[in-house]
Amino acid sequence: MSEAKIHVEEHRDDEASKLGMWLFIFTELLLFGGLFLVYSIYRAEYPDNFREGSLELSVTIGAVNTIALLFSSMTIAMALTAMQKNNKKLAIQMIAVTLFMALVFLVNKYFEWGHKIEAGLYPGSTLMSLLDRGHLLYFSLYFFMTGLHALHIIIGMVLLFICLFKVRNETIHNQKYVLLENSALYWHLVDLIWIFLFPLMYLIS
Amino acid sequence: MNTGTEKTEYVSYLDHQGKYKGIFAWIFATDHKRIGLLYLYAIMTFFFVGALLGLLMRVELIAPGQTIMKPQTYNGVFTVHGIIMIFMVVIPGLSAIFGNFFLPIQIGAKDVAFPKLNRFSWWIFMAGSALAIASQFLRNGPPDTGWTFYAPYSTTTGTNVIMATTAAFVLGFSSILTGLNFIVTIHQMRGPGMKFFNMPLFPWALYATAWIQLLATPIIGITLIMLIAERLFGIGFFDPNLGGDPLLYQHLFWIYSHPAVYVMILPAMGVISEIIPTFCQRKIYGYKAIALSSLTIAGVGFLVWGHHMYTSGMSENARWFFSLLTFIVAVPSAIKVFNWLSTMYKGSIDLKPPFLYALAFIFLFIIGGTTGLILGSVATNVQVHDTSFVVAHFHYIIFGGMGFAFFAAIHYWLPKMYGRMYNIKRANIGLIIIFIGFNLLYFPQFIIGIMGMPRRYFDYLPQFQPAQVISTIGGFILVGGLILMVYNLVAGARKGPAAPANPWSGTTLEWQVPSPPSLENFDEEPVIKQNPYDYK
Repeated sequence: MSEAKIHVEEHRDDEASKLGMWLFIFTELLLFGGLFLVYSIYRAEYPDNFREGSLELSVTIGAVNTIALLFSSMTIAMALTAMQKNNKKLAIQMIAVTLFMALVFLVNKYFEWGHKIEAGLYPGSTLMSLLDRGHLLYFSLYFFMTGLHALHIIIGMVLLFICLFKVRNETIHNQKYVLLENSALYWHLVDLIWIFLFPLMYLIS
Repeated sequence: MNTGTEKTEYVSYLDHQGKYKGIFAWIFATDHKRIGLLYLYAIMTFFFVGALLGLLMRVELIAPGQTIMKPQTYNGVFTVHGIIMIFMVVIPGLSAIFGNFFLPIQIGAKDVAFPKLNRFSWWIFMAGSALAIASQFLRNGPPDTGWTFYAPYSTTTGTNVIMATTAAFVLGFSSILTGLNFIVTIHQMRGPGMKFFNMPLFPWALYATAWIQLLATPIIGITLIMLIAERLFGIGFFDPNLGGDPLLYQHLFWIYSHPAVYVMILPAMGVISEIIPTFCQRKIYGYKAIALSSLTIAGVGFLVWGHHMYTSGMSENARWFFSLLTFIVAVPSAIKVFNWLSTMYKGSIDLKPPFLYALAFIFLFIIGGTTGLILGSVATNVQVHDTSFVVAHFHYIIFGGMGFAFFAAIHYWLPKMYGRMYNIKRANIGLIIIFIGFNLLYFPQFIIGIMGMPRRYFDYLPQFQPAQVISTIGGFILVGGLILMVYNLVAGARKGPAAPANPWSGTTLEWQVPSPPSLENFDEEPVIKQNPYDYK
């Protein structure tokens, strides 16, 4: 009890941290918003090419990745609740599961990209320059958007790793978990962006 | 500083001994006041580099044909001048320096909400600036696209465009983090009794600015990344040969860069709204109207970017619509000007340098603003688009507006920042020289712009020479005045007579604490009055 009181008196403002994180999430949404704008313009200009392009992506891999991310969003939320209820062990397990799901996503992405690159289909390749213009733009957007998204997955994983260690050595505990909360918010953002990318890239046919 | 006569617990932030010693006490400072000064020194240095480049251009243009540099060098110089002045001086200028220093004090807070993030913002600002400066000297030559990096030329030129755009991206990130910090500070850190409508008008202006920084900057971020990817991998978004659209680049660029104009001018208006009531000793007229007009400008400012592109290929409907919105955004600016003038009516006006700079601001801003409407009308725009008329217009807004507000701010707050006073008479002489030089430099550009002198041209027809010569003379006078002003300020800050806590009889909170303020600003919790401008 007395220990908890000391922590409450520490100089910190969780409300401010959370507000800051929300504002940062706005900026991330606008960053991707620019790309969604470009996507919508070129899709309107080359609807047939975009449909053909999406046929060359594997809906199965995309769907597996979507499920992996949705599941990871659930587990990170559970980790946060576990932390609030002071169940350290469960929180660690749930963060670990989230990280595993993120890894599944990245491995899938690696094979998906690898397959395309092996076939000579990547930005700057000769095959790309021979494609129809709309086709080329579709694959440029595919690589650019999923690449930027994968970068965000990696940043999110780094954040969650930090949280994992901090929960273990108890610098994150049931009175002070704003870092975990903010990392979870960030993770939901990464998930949300994928929820839009998946239908726009894979399901338009 | 002389602290011997003060109470024992008072130690000014300049003398405070922290964890780090020497220069590290500054580089690793989290104190918002020290970070403000760090920005001040960096930005003043960049300003003089940019001004020197501007002067070189003026010398080149004193006669038709080649004078002192080759055409390609000239292209590099105007691009570098633009990048330095826009991204490294005017956009961060007022909010990073005076916002950092005075926002927490004016709302009764001890610091910004995230002091470490604030320090990080300064670091990446310096990193971005280093990249921008490096892009000028590395092997492939300085970027020659103009500060706008218009595609498709920017995707094909062999110069250091990637490094310059990376620099702009990094600087933008710094701007986003500063904006984020200020929004959270204003929401969470206000002192007891400080409601939103008890805040002085400078924090109000910073609040509106911070939202623009936060919401618009990511767009330029992603656009510049697309441009870099276009150069590296040929993704084709902006290259017509690959099916892309260069106009799309222009749209994305101006969706950020027009609101960025308000990032420059809104804090300037905030500064003027502080200075006018102080030197008239009168309650500001239309407090709420000024506060809310900042938010209106920020909001409507997002919807007018198309007026940069009337001649680039847009439908007729889009053009008149953007024109209409441009006229609407002028309304809240005019509201501010009328309120400032009404505040002066029946006030006890004290003609000190900050107030004189504020008057010069209003004069130049009106010229800049009304010529902006000439550019905002579709028909007249087609006549003067991409001429030196545009150059004159935005220098009247950016330099005559933001620049003069910056000078007003530093003359207003220097006694508070350093606890010392500058020489008033020398400051007045400096102002007169700067004002004359400024108008000589830029006003002739309006005239030859209407006659058809294009902007960014290395060479010109002989009939434009008289005006170009007057401009160049004005440029030298202006730089002379600037040197006098800076000399006076530096001498005042180092060796001037000690300034009292409230030399101008101001009523906002920064004047209620000692000069210079102590580390945590308030030794006792500040008492907040109902209205920030309560003059008797």
